[in-house]
Amino acid sequence: MTAAPVSGGLWGRRLAGGAGFLTSILLTFFGLLAVTFVIGRVVPIDPVLAIVGDRALPEVYERVRLELGLDKPLWHQFAIYLGKIFEGDFGTSVLTSRPVLDDLLRFFPATIELATLATLVGTLLGVPAGVVSAVHAGRWPDHVIRIVGLIGYSAPVFWLGLMALVVFYAKLGWVAGPGRLDLFYDGLVPTVTGMMLIDAPLAGEWEVFRNAVDHIILPAGILAYFSMAYISRMTRSLMLGELSQEYILTARIKGVPEWRVIWRHALGNAMVPLVTVVALSYGSLLEGAVLTETVFAWPGLGRYITESLFNVDMNAVLGGTIVVGCVFIGLNVLSDLLYRLLDPRTR
Amino acid sequence: MIAGWHDWLLADTPRSRGQARLGRLYISWLALRRNPLAVIGLAIVLLLLLMAALAPLLATHSPIAQDLTNRLQPPSAAHWLGTDELGRDIWSRIVHGSRLTLLIVVLVALTVGPFGLVIGTLAGYLGGWVDTLLMRLTDIFLAFPRLILALAFVAALGPGIENAVLAIAITLWPPYARLARAETLTIRGSDFIAAAQMQGASTPRIIVGHIAPLCLSSLIVRLTLDMAGIILTAAGLGFLGLGAQPPLPEWGAMISSGRGYVLDQWWLAAMPGLAIFIVSLGFNLLGDGLRDVLDPKQR
Repeated sequence: MTAAPVSGGLWGRRLAGGAGFLTSILLTFFGLLAVTFVIGRVVPIDPVLAIVGDRALPEVYERVRLELGLDKPLWHQFAIYLGKIFEGDFGTSVLTSRPVLDDLLRFFPATIELATLATLVGTLLGVPAGVVSAVHAGRWPDHVIRIVGLIGYSAPVFWLGLMALVVFYAKLGWVAGPGRLDLFYDGLVPTVTGMMLIDAPLAGEWEVFRNAVDHIILPAGILAYFSMAYISRMTRSLMLGELSQEYILTARIKGVPEWRVIWRHALGNAMVPLVTVVALSYGSLLEGAVLTETVFAWPGLGRYITESLFNVDMNAVLGGTIVVGCVFIGLNVLSDLLYRLLDPRTR
Repeated sequence: MIAGWHDWLLADTPRSRGQARLGRLYISWLALRRNPLAVIGLAIVLLLLLMAALAPLLATHSPIAQDLTNRLQPPSAAHWLGTDELGRDIWSRIVHGSRLTLLIVVLVALTVGPFGLVIGTLAGYLGGWVDTLLMRLTDIFLAFPRLILALAFVAALGPGIENAVLAIAITLWPPYARLARAETLTIRGSDFIAAAQMQGASTPRIIVGHIAPLCLSSLIVRLTLDMAGIILTAAGLGFLGLGAQPPLPEWGAMISSGRGYVLDQWWLAAMPGLAIFIVSLGFNLLGDGLRDVLDPKQR
């Protein structure tokens, strides 16, 4: 991308747009924190009792209550909460008795690894599938692709994962089972990024790498299927929109070869909204990972959140919610920026 | 006889409002009928309704009666889909579970629809700062991760069907508010609204009596499209142990309890999952078909 021509009015408008954009990001972030704060307050469990236990003396109880700031008005409590979050203090996890932030940083890379791989595969398969579907709209390639997509749309992800585990791991033995690595390989690779597929080659441990691939293939495949179903469906409808435009007719009349009309002209224009689609699908995979990780015993953020849930470890649950929420907001911002970058009309 | 109905329904000059309405419905049905996938979807949804209505008749056993001598039996003539770890008949549990699925879907629809409608019509009709405030709120909720937020809500409220419904509804309403607002904006400037205003109708009366009914149809189509998603989310919450509690035969919870036996007794987890899959496929097919009929440019 080359720099846009500089002119006062344009930049003025851009600045105004940027300011509005920034306000809406900040507002969304503020809303996220407000909602997690409210959720943290409506928990029917007394936060003081959770710390001191129910056999504590009344004086101890009172002291902890004051320490937690529970005697202050609600808005003041919220202000304290905001201050702590901005310092990166999410509280301590009851389950692991470590700061929640440390836990999140340890578990998040595993989820990112899974969701990124799945989105990559889902996009590489889903976009061409959607294009083929749109070009052959109403004929059998279209029907096949749509039905394969609909199945992905309708199946519960945890159930599909469970069944895949039974078939490909237990019965056929093609892939490795639950978890990220076989027990034997655990701890052989020093943590750099926290992502096994990157750390293992960095350490030169190719055997570990192969084992990691063996483990990630099934959960990533299941998630990729869901991502492909969504992306191919959106690509199809975007392509149908483009293919009925007049510039396509013009290109065809000019004698541009058909493959170029489809893959360069039409897809080139559909690419812009597709960026948003892929970003949305990436976000929903980070979420869908909650259920997949449970099935595949994948030590990621989703499993951390659900396990904390069962131990009513609200600090950990809310910390995880905030992290995923921030990633969501970040993805929205990113896709918005890419949209502006790719679409000359928004400049 | 049938030809007579056909003509009456398709009459160019309907004699009553009822005839005109039925005629519109009939035309939509004729269009829907041409799409075989949508008809399959409709059939699945109707079968689900029938199953829920006739559950006690269709079930061969009690859904909660335990029979420990007959536990983990494979599918057979006595137990069509086998038995679970407590010897309960899986077919009967799935049949009764259809009621829970429908209950959740209906409750979510009844919560989300009116809530979105109120927010959207208020924002669209009143405009100004009300509009700005409500739409900002909607945008904020729209940017949240839905499943995780629902999880956090259920964690705070405690597990159970009502709380699962509430959690799903809280995360689902924003698109409905937006839709209702968009519809309201197109209606707001119409002559009949101006006429009602000049006759002195109050704002609540205009919103409830004149605007809300016109927003309903698009909300209903959107709800049909979302049904499958609601079912999957509810099943996911049930699978995590946050939805319906045992011994209720909720499909997601059934998969979860069958999970420990999946390597040898696969039917425990496979059958309820299949039920979820078929039902949500049905709603997806029907929703797609309805959208094509009612909004041809979306194809």
